[in-house]
Amino acid sequence: MNSVILRTATRLLIGLLLLFSVFLLLRGHDLPGGGFIGGLVAASAIALYAIAEGFERAFALLRVRPRTLIGVGLSAAVTAGLLAAVAGDVFLTGLWWVREFEAFTLKLSTPLLFDVGVYLVVVGVVLTMLFSLEEH
Amino acid sequence: MIPGLGSGSLLAAGAELALVLVLGSLLLGFVRVVRGPSLPDRVMALDMIGLASVSVIVLVAIQTDQAILMDAAIALALISFLGTLAFARFIERRDREERDD
Repeated sequence: MNSVILRTATRLLIGLLLLFSVFLLLRGHDLPGGGFIGGLVAASAIALYAIAEGFERAFALLRVRPRTLIGVGLSAAVTAGLLAAVAGDVFLTGLWWVREFEAFTLKLSTPLLFDVGVYLVVVGVVLTMLFSLEEH
Repeated sequence: MIPGLGSGSLLAAGAELALVLVLGSLLLGFVRVVRGPSLPDRVMALDMIGLASVSVIVLVAIQTDQAILMDAAIALALISFLGTLAFARFIERRDREERDD
């Protein structure tokens, strides 16, 4: 679609949408949010870009094929489960790595890695469907 | 707690009144979706329903004092026009194909 209004608005909105998706992803463990809706918001950001600027440019923005994202995401989720198994716990047990810094507390965990995996899978699946719909 | 949100305060009364008005406009939007003579009418009505839904979520967030509902409102406000956009693309393409035939 060739519209100056849409292209200008997209330039503003895509950053907001991607930021909001990461915010939802990181907040997901204790409050509403998480990998799934974060991934959906990110996928709609790319979809908006694709409608405004054309699907070729959206593909170039993504750099990798959406199917690759599905593979990487699933691997991340399985790795998150296996890490607990390697450490001697039951598969998918949450492992936490908490470090206190002066200004903030860094909390890394296997649930976070799992959620990042879900995020990537959702982005990959939605964009795979979208791009193949556009081909027809 | 939002300041001034006791029962009977101006904000509470305003939220109540706004909720009634927005629900009325939602209803009118649905009527337009069902009756709308042409496809663009229906698409515009759906867009309006999306925005009215954002207002309903915000008003409920004010009434129940749940700040977390605002996130749903932000997400819906950012995304809801995407459907309208897809419909606009579809209508544009359909018109072009009809002209070519």
